[in-house]
Amino acid sequence: MTRGNPFRAPSSRKRRKVSKWGDRIFLALTAVGAAGVIGILVALVVVLYHGSLPIINALGIKFLYTQTWNPYGNVYGIVPFAIGTLLTSAIALLIAIPLSIGAAIFLTQHAPTWLREPVAQVVQLLAAIPSVVYGFWGLIVLVPIMRYDVDPILANVLGWTGWFSGRHIGLDVLTASVVLSIMTVPTITAISKDSMMAVPRSQKEAAISLGATDWEVTRRAVIPYARGGIIAGVVLGLGRALGETMAVTLVIGNANVIPTSLFSQGQTIASLIANDFFEQETPLELPALLEAALFLLIITLAVNIVARWILARFEAGRAVGAE
Amino acid sequence: MKFNRATRRKLFSHGMTVLTGATVVLVLIPLFWIIYESAILGASVFSLGFFTQNIPAPCSPHPGVTCSTNGVGSAIQGTVYLLLLAALWAVPVGLGAAIFAVEYGGERAIARVISMAADVLSGVPSIVAGMFIYALLIVYYPLLVFSVISGSLALGVIMLPIVMRTSEEALRTIPHSVREAALALGISRWKTSVRIILVAAMPGVLTGVLLSIARAAGEAAPLLLLDNGSLHPCMSVDTVCQSLSLTIYLGATSPSQNWVSIAWGAALILVILVLGLSIVSQLVLNRTARKWGQVG
Repeated sequence: MTRGNPFRAPSSRKRRKVSKWGDRIFLALTAVGAAGVIGILVALVVVLYHGSLPIINALGIKFLYTQTWNPYGNVYGIVPFAIGTLLTSAIALLIAIPLSIGAAIFLTQHAPTWLREPVAQVVQLLAAIPSVVYGFWGLIVLVPIMRYDVDPILANVLGWTGWFSGRHIGLDVLTASVVLSIMTVPTITAISKDSMMAVPRSQKEAAISLGATDWEVTRRAVIPYARGGIIAGVVLGLGRALGETMAVTLVIGNANVIPTSLFSQGQTIASLIANDFFEQETPLELPALLEAALFLLIITLAVNIVARWILARFEAGRAVGAE
Repeated sequence: MKFNRATRRKLFSHGMTVLTGATVVLVLIPLFWIIYESAILGASVFSLGFFTQNIPAPCSPHPGVTCSTNGVGSAIQGTVYLLLLAALWAVPVGLGAAIFAVEYGGERAIARVISMAADVLSGVPSIVAGMFIYALLIVYYPLLVFSVISGSLALGVIMLPIVMRTSEEALRTIPHSVREAALALGISRWKTSVRIILVAAMPGVLTGVLLSIARAAGEAAPLLLLDNGSLHPCMSVDTVCQSLSLTIYLGATSPSQNWVSIAWGAALILVILVLGLSIVSQLVLNRTARKWGQVG
C-alpha cells in the first residue's frame, strides 16, 4: 500500500499504528523463542567447555589418548569409554540394521495397506518406552537370559573368534548392545520406511515389467533409490545409541576398563558420567567428567548433523527426481 | 529336488518376504515383553496406598517380616512438579520459535536454520543436558543445583526441540490461503498468527506438548545428576524430590525386594503414561493431517 493511496479508509491510519506495535512485540517475542533454541545449542558447548577448562589446561590433548581413568593419580583418559561407546553402538547397529530394514521392507512392499500404518505406529511405540524402563527390564529379564542361555551358545559356536571369551555374567558389553539395538530399531525403521514409501511407482513398475520377482524389485529398484534415507536413519540411530545412558548403565557392568571381549564389563561415556558423578574423589574429577560430556556432545552433534545433511540431500535429490 | 532358474528366483523371493515379515514380529517382541513384564509385576503392587504413600524403608521379606510396597506418592508428586515447571518454560519458547520459523521465516534460510538447530538439539544426549544445567547452576546459582527446579531446566532442554518441531509441522499444515484470507480482511499479522493460524493448528501443537511430556516423564539420566531423588515427602520445588523415573533406577540398583517391586509399579505407571500419550497424540496427528489435507 503506497502512502498516497486514495482508497484508504480515513480510520485506517490509527488502526495501522496500533497493529504495527502489536506486530513488533509479537515478532520480538517469537524471535526470543527462536533465539532460545539456537542459544541453548551454543550455550551447551560454551558452558561445558568452560567447566572443563581446568582439565583441558592440566592435561591438554593427553585426555584424548590416555587409556586409564584414575582420579587418585590425576590420570584421566577418555579412551576406555570412547571404545565402550563405539563398540556397544556398533554392535547395536549390527543387530538393529537388518531387523529395521527388513521391517521397513515388509511394511512398504508386502504388508497390505490397512496393516501398514498401524504396525508402523506400534513399532514407533518402542521409541516411547523410557530408557530407564529398558534398563530395568534388561537387568531383571534380559541379563539372566544372556547369562544362562545366550552366552554359553555364543561361546560354543563363536568362541574361536576370541570375541566371546571370559566369564558369562550377563552384565556386559553384549547385553548393553542388545538393549541399545532394541532402542535404535524404531528410528531406523521409521526413516527407512518413509524413504521406501517415496520410491516412485514408475521405478518399481519398470523392474516388474522386466520380469523381476518381489525381492528383485526390492533389491534392484527400492533399496538403491531409498539408500540415502536408509543411511540417514542408521546414522540417526547411531546418534541415539551413542548418548544412551540409563539403559546402558544398568546392564554394562560399569568397569572403567577397555573391554577385551563382548563378555567384558565396560563403560560408555554416558554411563561413566552417571556412575562417577557422585563418587568424585578429587577436585579435578568434575572438570574431567564435564570434558567427557563435552566430548560426547561433540560426537553426537557431529553424527546428528551428518544425518540431517544426508537426509536433506536425499530429499532434495528426490524432489528433483520427482519433477 | 531341482528347480529351474525362474522357480528358484520365485522361491527365493517368497522366502525373503517371509523373512522380512519375521523381522517385524521380532522387532515387536521386546515391546510386548516389556509391557507384559511391567503389567504383571507392576499391577501386583497397585493399591490405593501405592499412589498416595511415601517410599517405605528398604526391606526384604523373611519369615515374620512383611515389607510394605507403598508407595510412590511423593514420586508422582515430584514428577508432576518437574513436568509442569519444565513445560512452563519449554512450551512458550518452543512455540515462539515455531511461530517465528513458520510465520516470519517462511521459506527463507533462517527458518531452516532454526528447525535444524531444534533437530540437532533433539539429538543431544539427556545426560549431557543434565551436565550442562549442572555446570551452569554451579557457577551462577549453586543453591538450586540439586532441586526440582534444576531438574525441570534439564527436562525442558529435552522437551524444547520436540515442542518446536511438532508445532512447526502443525503450523505448516495450515494452507497459505487461510493466512492470505485473514490478512486480506485487514486482520493484523500477529492476530492472524495467534487467533487464526495457532487456533487452527492447536491440535498439532497440543500433540507436540503431550509428546514432549511423554518423553520428559521417563527421563532419568539428567535427574540422576540434578533432582537426584529423596526418600522424604516432596515439600517444595527448591528442594530435591523423588520422581517416578528415579524410583525405577532406585529399585534397579537396590537389593531390597520391596524397592524392586515398587520400581515395577513405577515402571507400569510410566509405561501406561507414555504409551497412552503417544497413542493419543498419534491419533490426533492422523486426524489433523487428513482434515487439512482435504482443504489444502
